Amino acid sequence: MATALRPLSRARSADRSIGRRLTNLALLLFFVGPMLMGVVGTILPALGILPQLGGVRFSPEPFRQLLEVPGLARASGLSLGTGLATTALSFLIVVALAAHWHGTPWFSRIRRLVSPLLAVPHVAIAIGFAFLIAPSGWIYRLLAATGLAGPLPPDIPIVQDPHGIALILGLTLKEVPFLLLMMLVAMGQVPVRENLTVARILGHERSAAWLAVVLPQLYPQLRLPIYAVLAYSASVVDVALILGPTTPPTLAVLVWRGFQDPDLDHIFWASAGACLQLGLIALTILLWRCGEVAVASLGRRRILAGWPGRPPVLAAACAACGSGAVVVISLVGLAAMVLWSLAQRWTISSAFPEGLSLNIWRQQLTGEAGLIGTTALLAIASASAALLLVIAVLEQEVRQGAKAQRRHRWLIYVPLILPQIGFLFGIQVLLVVVGLDGTWVGLVWTHLLFVLPYVYLSLSEPWRALDPRYERTALCLGHSPVSVLLTIKAPLLARPILVALALGFAVSVGQYLPTLFAGGGRFQTVTTEAVTLSASGDRRVIGVYASLQMLLPALGFAAALALTGRGRRVARANS
Amino acid sequence: MRFGRFILVMAVCVMAALGGPASAADGWDKTLSSARGKEVYWNAWAGDPSVNAYIAWVADEVRRRFDITLHHVKIGDTAEAVSRVLAEAAAGRKVGGSVDLIWINGENFLALKESGLLYGPFAQSLPNYSLVDTEAKPTTRIDATVPTEGYESPWGSAQFVMIVDSARVQMPPAGVAELLAWAQANPGRLTYPLPPDFIGTTFLKQALYELNPESLTILQQPLDGADFETVTAPLWAYLDALHPHLWRAGKGFPRNGPAARRLIADGEADIAFSFQPSEASAAIAQGLLPETARTAAFAAGSIGNSHFLAIPANASQPEAALVVADFLLSPEAQARKQDPGVWGDFTVLALRRLDPADRERFESLPLGPATLPPDKLGPTFPEPHPSWTVRMEQEWQRRYGR
Repeated sequence: MATALRPLSRARSADRSIGRRLTNLALLLFFVGPMLMGVVGTILPALGILPQLGGVRFSPEPFRQLLEVPGLARASGLSLGTGLATTALSFLIVVALAAHWHGTPWFSRIRRLVSPLLAVPHVAIAIGFAFLIAPSGWIYRLLAATGLAGPLPPDIPIVQDPHGIALILGLTLKEVPFLLLMMLVAMGQVPVRENLTVARILGHERSAAWLAVVLPQLYPQLRLPIYAVLAYSASVVDVALILGPTTPPTLAVLVWRGFQDPDLDHIFWASAGACLQLGLIALTILLWRCGEVAVASLGRRRILAGWPGRPPVLAAACAACGSGAVVVISLVGLAAMVLWSLAQRWTISSAFPEGLSLNIWRQQLTGEAGLIGTTALLAIASASAALLLVIAVLEQEVRQGAKAQRRHRWLIYVPLILPQIGFLFGIQVLLVVVGLDGTWVGLVWTHLLFVLPYVYLSLSEPWRALDPRYERTALCLGHSPVSVLLTIKAPLLARPILVALALGFAVSVGQYLPTLFAGGGRFQTVTTEAVTLSASGDRRVIGVYASLQMLLPALGFAAALALTGRGRRVARANS
Repeated sequence: MRFGRFILVMAVCVMAALGGPASAADGWDKTLSSARGKEVYWNAWAGDPSVNAYIAWVADEVRRRFDITLHHVKIGDTAEAVSRVLAEAAAGRKVGGSVDLIWINGENFLALKESGLLYGPFAQSLPNYSLVDTEAKPTTRIDATVPTEGYESPWGSAQFVMIVDSARVQMPPAGVAELLAWAQANPGRLTYPLPPDFIGTTFLKQALYELNPESLTILQQPLDGADFETVTAPLWAYLDALHPHLWRAGKGFPRNGPAARRLIADGEADIAFSFQPSEASAAIAQGLLPETARTAAFAAGSIGNSHFLAIPANASQPEAALVVADFLLSPEAQARKQDPGVWGDFTVLALRRLDPADRERFESLPLGPATLPPDKLGPTFPEPHPSWTVRMEQEWQRRYGR
């Protein structure tokens, strides 16, 4: 379609190329630049360079110190295992769901339940999950109240178990919705129905046909999202603090402790650890890639041999258990936190709180209206900035075609693949240098780095799917590209645009480390409060902030849907 | 003329250092007037809602009295503020820093003091400093063996105690040896927070002091040259014996003090540790502990320390920070802080130095259902030099953290 456009728009090629340069410049300045600086600002201390702490010459010392950190090997192994296991499990669940239930009402039911979960911050899900399964958690309380469990909870490591199983399961709850959304996006680009029809006419069973015909076409599009899941689950800090093992913790937590140590010299080895974390993520991706190749060649051989497989019973079981469990566990965990926020008291022998009240809400929110205001304003600002940049990028892609698309895809994924602890310290130093730390601009900018990828992922598919003839016709009638964008494309794409905005809003609300590092501690959001107060041990207070973390994104989505109206669906949005 | 002014300034400084409030009044008036209308960003650990509520009260008061806008920068760990001050120093920001006041002590204080990133000395210039009980509470002058030298102003004092659920623990253990016996008899019902959380680390120090009484004096000197292995050997032998009987068989630990305390409420443990003799009462009042929770003291004595306020060298509003630090030392603010219904943190003031009305503020405070009176807490042990603390934390990680 890009080639078709070209002759029409030659007259405007001059300002088109200015537009392209501006877009590239903005992308470089606001997105790529700070990330690179952040990485450099972390690598230099790892090599011994941090003049303020007396590090003025290159030295291998930080890495030597890192090797002496107790538990490093096991912590690295845990991170590697968590990354691979979480990704494999989430991927299997999503594939089983799509293979078995695609095209049935169940698929859209689960999809409708799963999508809102994507907007709930990881921390809220993790806290709810932890309370659900802990030895003294809700499940135990229900059993104890009905006399099925003893008066004292058993002393067994269910949460924070040494092998990181609770962490893997907790992360899976959040990664399944993400991968499912990405799968839906990818399915929009492949003629799924046509392929399946042909395969079924040839006599293949439904889910087998999906696995053999559709999945191989979808996978290339899922590769980057999967790498993002690998990187995230191998390097997450906040969720690992809640669900992960303690002796030793995962590598990211170990490194995080190093950055947090009052003895400032620890920053050197912590930076080296952040570099190791980068390497570890590369290794995880490499291992996954090897697995990809192996599975692909096996699968190809089987497909060429005529695909005798009949996996549906197993697949059905997986699909039913896996995706159903993800939805149920997440929702029940979140409900538990809402209950806690309203509880006066909730002892271990009761299935439900004794007495409900709004006291804790009142206590926490008195005089804290600013907190919600800050969170919302920050989220609106960063999501809008990201939206503008993403639209500019997408417009450029439409004109430049597949090559620009591939380039952008990789670029956009960089902040999702880099571990946050790997570059946030560097960004903090950068912001201080340019005098933007602890300012709104610096904070919005930092949030933009994490918000932009999701806005792009959410909007790119509907944007590309819009019939190019609308635009072509308008251009032929003499409208400028800007007015086409504003008067034709934006209204047509209003719903996906607002949904992308709401998703960006949700992502911003959930940011902890970036807010902490860039905000100079002067900006409190519901998420920084949630993590800070999770140290208080008062589940009722934690419940209030976990609920707020859910509530704000939900309001964002509700606003997006209300604004576009239920009836006006763009054809592709309900694919 | 110039020389004369120099002498005058010197005299004011000396008199301020001696603690004469009237003599420093002029200088203090100047501080008060330049603090007016300023904003103070106070970085303070915010893991306890009752502490946060107290700080919110302070903010209201200093706005009303001194026209200062106090922002509580809520942090999960004081080290966050320390690393922020460092990041600013790393970027060369000498003035206009983002932190005006830090709630601090121990290793964090030592780190900033050694890097020369603290404002001061200032503590002695605060009018209310003269009320501080510097003799009977030496920890107000010496922070974990490090002389404060006026670079931090005392704010509250603490002593290490146990919290037990009296419904399940009839006779609280009297010391660490008894704790081991109790754990053997009640496997899986005792734990301590993961070092380097300060409650967890304090438990290690307490155990070492009790198991090797000589360490009390040895640990007052920096580690350099001392025989760490021999001095601490009894501690590791003790932990080796204790860990198999702990919660999760010693393979997992709660993240921090409040998380360990919550295990009592969750019925997963029966004993927790605290640095605040009034914590149990406050937690009962908030519904965070069962009514049967009680405080128990270490019979042989336990570690006591003070916590402080410091001002970074690059603070944007050091004068306003001084005014806030002084208000926090006032009898009114200190008495409110000690009220178990508010927070329950013990004062650093000498009651004998207060006028009768102010003394009455303290003497009329209720104790709370689970708090021991100060004379039942046993003697206080000083904190060891931070170099020992750091080495013990490392050794713990090496032995049990891998």
